[in-house]
Order: sequence, then structure tokens, then C-alpha cells
Amino acid sequence: MLAVDVEKRLGDFSIAAAFAAADGVTALFGASGSGKTSIVNMIAGLLTPDRGRIQFGDSVLFDSKAGVNVPAHRRDIGYVFQEGRLFPHLNVAANLDYGRWMRGRPRDRAATARVVDLLGIGHLMKRRPGALSGGERQRVAIGRALLMQPRLLLLDEPLASLDGARKREILPYLVRLRDEGGIPMIYVSHHAPELRRIATAVVLLEGGRVAACGGLDVLTAATAELTMR
Amino acid sequence: MLDLTPDEWVAIHLSLRIAVVATLVALPFGLAIAWLLARRNFWGKALLDGVVHLPLVLPPVVTGYLLLISFGRRGPIGAFLAETFGIVFAFRWTGAALACGVMGFPLLVRAIRLSIEAIDRRLEDAAATLGANRGWLFATVTLPLALPGVIAGMVLCFAKALGEFGATITFVSNIPGETQTISAAIYTYTNVPGGDAPAGRLVLVAIAISLVALIISEWFARRAGTRFHGE
Repeated sequence: MLAVDVEKRLGDFSIAAAFAAADGVTALFGASGSGKTSIVNMIAGLLTPDRGRIQFGDSVLFDSKAGVNVPAHRRDIGYVFQEGRLFPHLNVAANLDYGRWMRGRPRDRAATARVVDLLGIGHLMKRRPGALSGGERQRVAIGRALLMQPRLLLLDEPLASLDGARKREILPYLVRLRDEGGIPMIYVSHHAPELRRIATAVVLLEGGRVAACGGLDVLTAATAELTMR
Repeated sequence: MLDLTPDEWVAIHLSLRIAVVATLVALPFGLAIAWLLARRNFWGKALLDGVVHLPLVLPPVVTGYLLLISFGRRGPIGAFLAETFGIVFAFRWTGAALACGVMGFPLLVRAIRLSIEAIDRRLEDAAATLGANRGWLFATVTLPLALPGVIAGMVLCFAKALGEFGATITFVSNIPGETQTISAAIYTYTNVPGGDAPAGRLVLVAIAISLVALIISEWFARRAGTRFHGE
């Protein structure tokens, strides 16, 4: 269970958002510029809120009143970025292994094999990110975040940089991950059809504020409203 | 082909030793200051930047003189280091290495700083979410990605150290076998009758060393560059 209640001023734009995310896939849905990525960055520890509190399960990740701010590298939260952000100087195998290595954990061949198999990236292991297609890169990025064995997975528009065919190629992997992995996920997107396939709960954001929270029906209402305009 | 005398060999050997030591000792300091200047904002940053670059714009004789009064036998830092660690710079090859390191330092810092600034910081954010603390992040992401710039900076520093003359001769004089580098030896030979031949030979050696250093650095930089673009 993730509980977020944060305020942050970014130039002219301000975020004041509070929501809770249970297990399953919670979608952060909203137009571009509604503050989705900033909120996810605050959960990851890459952006510090001005005020508020972020708690996951029993552990407080940020609390401005208590002066708690756990640094990103100690939050145990996996992050799949929109542009992959694979390390260009490391091959796919080393990229996948990076999180385990940094956290000083023993090598778990079975876990690696399972994720590599789930994502279908076994044949890419020796390549460098520069030699991968967009879809392959994004699959490796998902694998890299999974293999650090996070307690929460953040996905920021993981399919946005891909064309329709590649989207259809990756989405089933994410659905399988939701159904088999059991890791709670926060899934940022402005694309309702994509969220209908993956999300189990929806937080609708408008101008840095939470406009609605609930099930997939929030998506239907929000898209209907968007069409009406 | 080049029939070098033992004295000339001594000067060449000494020059190489001074330049290599100056570059290697300057490197960790250069990395730290380049990282600070590229990635941190702090009080006095402009001042630090200015002090680091000072040897580039000051007359080398001035730099040498400043080293003499601070690191010389009676200089405050020189006396302290001699008494506590037994490290003496005055009129020793170590002093020549210090002078060369100081003169090459701005070139080293500049090249490394530019290459760190060119790194996509979002990659460093990604490494942090994967559990890398600041030290590991530097060692596994920042440093490898900045490597072409680090190598370029080291070559520039080495070349500057090899050719350094003014600061070295002011600080540690021109003592054959101790502080007489190739440059100082050439200067000495051109001031004595019949010195044209040995000076000419050393000039050729200096050109050869510089060319080899350039070719090696090109090779390294190219290798580091291709590593990022597929197989």
C-alpha cells in the first residue's frame, strides 16, 4: 500500500496531490503537463517535495514534518523510464545485472532466467543498447527494473516512445507481469486504451491536482468528458 | 639514426618520469575538482574555477615563483611537508613534477569537466533508482561515460608537463640529472658553442614523444567512443 500526499512548486506550475495505491496496477492518468511524471519522480526520490508525506507499507520514504527523506538509492523502488535510459557503455546482460550488483545481492540465476524469458530478451544479452530497437530497449529497461527485485515498480509512459506494433508487442508482457509478478505498479500514461488493458485502479490528474480516484470507470468518465470538450 | 649521448638520455628519461608522475598525481585531484565544477553548486565555485585556471593565464615564471615561495625550503607548505613527511620539492625532480602538474592541471580539469557536463544526468538518476550510491554511481556510470574526456585531459596534461619550462626552471632551477628536462636541456645547449647538434636531436625526440602521445590518445578515445554505439 502506497500513500502519497505531496506538494511541490515547479516555476508557475504547482502540484498538490494526495492518493493511495493498493496492490495491482494503479494508473496515473491525465493530459501531458498534469504533473504525472513529477509525482512519480517524488515517489522514486529523484524530486524532493516541498511538503508532504510518502509512505510505502510500514516504511516512511518522505515526511517533511519529521525531516525524513530516504535517498533514491535506498528506496527499493524500480523505475521504468519513458526513454529506457539503459547504460550505453554496458551490454544488455550488465544492464540487467546492475541493480543486483549495486545492492550487493547474490546472483540469482533462476530469477534472471525467469525475467529474461518473460520479456523474450535472451538473444540480446551480449548487445549494447545502441544496437537495440526501441521495443527491445524498453523490454530490457523493464527487465532491469524487475531484476533489482523492487517492492514497487514505477512505469512512466513505458510505451510512449514506441509505434503501435511495438506497443502491442510489449503490453502483453506487462499484463503477464501484473498477473504473475505480484509487484504493485504505478503506471503513468495519457493513453486510455492502454490503461484499460493494464490498470486495476485509476487516479485522474488535472493541473497537478487529483480530479478523481477509483476503478476503470474513472477512465470512461474522463475520456467522455475529453470528447465532449 | 639518432646517436644520443648519455646526458641526453638522462634528460629524456627525467622528462618522461616527471611528465608521467605529474599527470598521474594530478588525475585524482583533477577528477574531483572537475566533478565539483560540473555537478555541484557551492559558495566560492567561481573562485575555485578561477584559481584552477590561473596557471593557464599567468606568466609561467610567476607560477614558478609562487611555488618557490610556498613549496621551497623556507616556504610554509614546503617546510611543513619536509618536516612531517620528508617530502622535499626544492631543487628536486619532485619539484619539477609539482610545477608541471600545476601547469597542466587546468587543461586536465577542463577536458574532464566538459565530458562530465556532456553526460545525460538522467542516466545517473536511473542508476540511483537501481541502488547506486554516490560513489558507485560515479565509478560505474559517470567515470566510464566521461572516459574519452579523461584520456584527452591526461594527454593534454602530459604534453604540457613535457614541454613545461618557465615555472620549472624558476622553481627548481636547471640541474642536469635532477631537474633538467628536455626543454631545459635544449635551452642550455642553444646557449653553448657547438650545442646545435644535441639541441636538434632533443627537438626530434620531443616531437616524436608528442606525436606518439597524440596517436595513443586518439586510439583510446576512438575505442571508448565506439563502445557506446553497438557491437
